[in-house]
Amino acid sequence: MTPTINETAEMLESDFAMFETWEEKYEYLMDLGRNLHWPANRQQSDSMLIRGCQSQVWIGHELNQGKIEFFAASEALIVKGLVAMLLKVYSGHTSADILAFQPDFIARIGLSQHLSPTRSNGLFSMLNAIKSTALAYQNA
Amino acid sequence: MSLKTANGLSAPARNDWQSIRSDFPLIAGQDLVYFDNAASSQKPKVMLQAMENMVSNSYANVHRGVHALSQQATDQYEAARKTVAQFINAADPAEVVFTAGTTDSINTIAFSFAEAHIQPGDEILISGMEHHANIVPWQLMAQRKSAHIKVIPVLDNGSLDLEAFDALIGPKTKLLSLVWVSNSLGTVNPIPYIIQKAHAYGVPVMVDAAQAAPHMPLNVQAIDCDFLAFSAHKLGGPTGLGVLYGRRALFENLPPYRGGGDMIDRVTFEKTTFQGLPFRFEAGTPHILGAVAFAAVLDYLSNIGMRQIEERERQLSQSLRCQLKADFPEIQLVGTAPDSVSVVSFLVKGHHPLDVGVLLDNQKIAVRTGHHCCQPLMDRFGIPGTVRASLAFYNTEDEIDRFLLALRKTIRLLK
Repeated sequence: MTPTINETAEMLESDFAMFETWEEKYEYLMDLGRNLHWPANRQQSDSMLIRGCQSQVWIGHELNQGKIEFFAASEALIVKGLVAMLLKVYSGHTSADILAFQPDFIARIGLSQHLSPTRSNGLFSMLNAIKSTALAYQNA
Repeated sequence: MSLKTANGLSAPARNDWQSIRSDFPLIAGQDLVYFDNAASSQKPKVMLQAMENMVSNSYANVHRGVHALSQQATDQYEAARKTVAQFINAADPAEVVFTAGTTDSINTIAFSFAEAHIQPGDEILISGMEHHANIVPWQLMAQRKSAHIKVIPVLDNGSLDLEAFDALIGPKTKLLSLVWVSNSLGTVNPIPYIIQKAHAYGVPVMVDAAQAAPHMPLNVQAIDCDFLAFSAHKLGGPTGLGVLYGRRALFENLPPYRGGGDMIDRVTFEKTTFQGLPFRFEAGTPHILGAVAFAAVLDYLSNIGMRQIEERERQLSQSLRCQLKADFPEIQLVGTAPDSVSVVSFLVKGHHPLDVGVLLDNQKIAVRTGHHCCQPLMDRFGIPGTVRASLAFYNTEDEIDRFLLALRKTIRLLK
């Protein structure tokens, strides 16, 4: 049984809670980034490029038995870590579950500084891309 | 050495850098290392005091009222223009126009000069290290006028290819618009030499001095430029205010860029005649408070001495460059032209500038990362951007040490 969005977010939150210093948090975030891989059988296209980031970020998806599987790539390690974190939480769920979830865990992890719409790393834009993908399937 | 201040008194140059630092409320006594001065500089107390003083005592709209307050405000605004004219050694304060910033100044010339002088097929010369603000206005103009833009290439070390410049300038060239100090590399271009060459071809020159004005004495008559632009906020002044200098002979014959109040001589519905310099280019109510506060900042800077500021900033940025080169094999400097000031741009090899910037930010180091509004230049070097440390005279060797320590830790975290 796959964990729910809420359960994954809570797990992630408790993972980050183990680290006391910002250095350890970022090392963990960058480790998440290092383990993010774009599927070999998938093309990256400009339509998957997220605007509003200082580094290039691609988010692609496929629908698998009513669930949306996301995949992502970026040039910057911290951005890869941020998007990997989002994918852990959101990937593999239905559009309804994705849209119902409030991502408060980001603030609780202590990464809310990255969430403002004007931040150049684009976490806000990435979150928007995931939600609008879900919205597209909900209305389909 | 003694320097003239605005009130005509001679004052010794200030070089007590610690006490000068305490003139800047935001950084004084803070543990933040502010190395993002090329984006915008911090403000000295005198800026606030000048604004407060005007708001409390002599504020009204300018150039219109017969009442005493308006006259006082007008006097102060025009005195500010005179201070700017002195600061850049313009022959006549009327050659100084207040704009909204460097971008606005360049757009003004891109429009007005083109209206008067550009025919289809004509060429404008710029360089490969321009800020977008000195590219896009010319592109818009070129579309409107069916003109062409030619680009002086940049060499691997981040200096201009002067041989290519010789080949590019010619009878079709109607204007050269060139950056003096590169905002992304720190390169100081040999502006007086280039202007002399351009003038030999009869080509007028516009200088983007946004990054030069904060770091060196300006003398528009000595360098013999035709137009020069800079922003107040990059040298301790308020945002939303810029300067456009134009040599009278060329400037006064250009048509206005924007229409509105203050720039007209006589308006009827059939025909409007326009004011001369400088009012022709100042449509609408200007940034009165900003101009007056900026004049106070310029007096403050002149009191320290722009030559002293230049020396100090060259010393600080050279020190940072040398230590990066000597102690950090992981660092690649971007832009190693022989002459540079303030800006030190670099990459941590194999890592995205954004990662470096975020990790430095967590250690209270403010630098800029990204393309610095110079995408064509970044493309030329085949990089997504750089990490840019840009220093001002109120920075210290201590801060450089803290920066290097934080960078060391950043590199360790990235491994």
